[in-house]
Amino acid sequence: MVGAKGSPLQLILCNVFHVDFPTGNIKLIDADRLAKHRLVKHAIPLALGDSYQNYRIVGTIPAYAELYKAELASGDWWKNEMEVTIGAAVAQHLKLKAGDTFASAHGLSDGGHAHEAHPFVVKGVLKPTHTVLDNLILTQVASIWMVHEHTDEEAPVARPDSTTASVLVPSVMATDSTKEITSLLIKYRNPIAAIQLPRYINSQTNMQAASPSFEAARLFSILGVGIEAMTGFAYVLIFISALSIFIALYNSLKERRYDLAIMRSMGASRAKLVWATQLEGVWLTLWGSMLGIALGHAVLYLFTQWITESQTAGINSMTFYNEELYLLIGSVLLGMVCSLIPSLQAYRTDIHKVLAGN
Amino acid sequence: MITTKSVSYTYPSASEIVFPDLSIPAAGQFLLLGESGSGKTTLLHLLGGLLKLQRGTIDVNGTALSGLNESQLDRFRGRNYGFIFQRNHLLAALSVEQNLLMAPYLAGLKQDHHRVDEVLTQLGMADQKKKRIRELSLGQAQRVAIARAVLNKPSVIIADEPTSALDDKNCSRVAALLTSVAEQNRATLIIATHDHRLKDTIKNVIQL
Repeated sequence: MVGAKGSPLQLILCNVFHVDFPTGNIKLIDADRLAKHRLVKHAIPLALGDSYQNYRIVGTIPAYAELYKAELASGDWWKNEMEVTIGAAVAQHLKLKAGDTFASAHGLSDGGHAHEAHPFVVKGVLKPTHTVLDNLILTQVASIWMVHEHTDEEAPVARPDSTTASVLVPSVMATDSTKEITSLLIKYRNPIAAIQLPRYINSQTNMQAASPSFEAARLFSILGVGIEAMTGFAYVLIFISALSIFIALYNSLKERRYDLAIMRSMGASRAKLVWATQLEGVWLTLWGSMLGIALGHAVLYLFTQWITESQTAGINSMTFYNEELYLLIGSVLLGMVCSLIPSLQAYRTDIHKVLAGN
Repeated sequence: MITTKSVSYTYPSASEIVFPDLSIPAAGQFLLLGESGSGKTTLLHLLGGLLKLQRGTIDVNGTALSGLNESQLDRFRGRNYGFIFQRNHLLAALSVEQNLLMAPYLAGLKQDHHRVDEVLTQLGMADQKKKRIRELSLGQAQRVAIARAVLNKPSVIIADEPTSALDDKNCSRVAALLTSVAEQNRATLIIATHDHRLKDTIKNVIQL
């Protein structure tokens, strides 16, 4: 990812994950020059700056959607200026469909100045990709420029031919020094480029290069301490819960020695009482963990309802993981282990001693 | 019909308790009287198969208790005995009906709802069937305990100090209930007690 100088993490967060704000703009001329570099295999331009109802409008080329293996659910790809193809989540939440029009707002969050003079037309809707693409509105780079051109709308624009056109945005002259984009997504031609190219960009140009995987890994290493602490805390909680279940079962057993003896006197076999105490432990832990999982999802649901950013970040309260199944299996085992000693006590109940001692 | 022959029991570091030979006819009603420590509860538990026999023989309806292993004894108890203890120990979370159905469940017998109605009617508790145990008075709870003891139609009902915590009025009422319920179910009734008030109701006495 190549963009204006600044924080590499910000560059990645903004242009790959679409959460942070841009580091600034880069000149299309500079980006063009880089796109033609011999170590570059593909280059995809990104132009950010506008949004509609908090969903970002990204000026780019169809190759960007191909990166995410996006397919059309309905309508068509964007072809001309002011045409957009929208992600599945955008279509769902804003209830937009092919043929609808909307006016974008300046900036990447709500409350920006609305560009009412240049409405966008929805040409198509994408199938869900379960990536950030679901939350994006894709259009041409030129659409972004058009929205922001206030002064020379009437001025004749020089149309370039195939030899003079920009590599990245063929609709403008390669020599047009007024045009800017936000960033450039680059695929290396070979592994050597992975070493040479970032060094070249960072030292020889006024742009910076950042690796998405490296920056993401760096982000997690920064947050890692917090995540590890949370995980550790969770384990402590699980341990304490297990201990308190055990203590509760053990204590209740002391109180119920008499009950168990009476059950024996009524003809219950030892096996029946062991089964009953085991069932009690498993029942408690199983329902406990099911309730816990339900509560967890409920809290996440409220979280997604209250904090709109979590929706665009792709957090879904109805996503269930296989690990939650392990949690249930684990709780059954825990119940069995915790009721092991109570079961043993139930097995060894001396009816006479308990009943006579009372 | 219960017959015992030269039964004695020795607790660790205590002297041997020798019990008289007994012959209790079917549907007979007996009081087991004696001071504390005379071995009332020991004999009762031996008769009820709750305590393992050390010496002598006990024969209940033709079955020698010493010949049964632990699980056979469990089954035998469930089908032949009904026990009533000083504290009734019903399951507070369950209803009267559910408590009564525990008896056939634990004994491994079929749960018979008509039998529940029948026994509750005998004890004048038919309208309390759906009530929770904690909603009952102490006297009502004791009736439920008696109902539970007779539900499986046992041939022997064994009661250990069922009246010691009751005042005179309730004592005679419980005694009357026990004898009538034992009669209605044609069961042998053995009550261990140091409560001499019961002698008015039950004339047969085994003195330890």
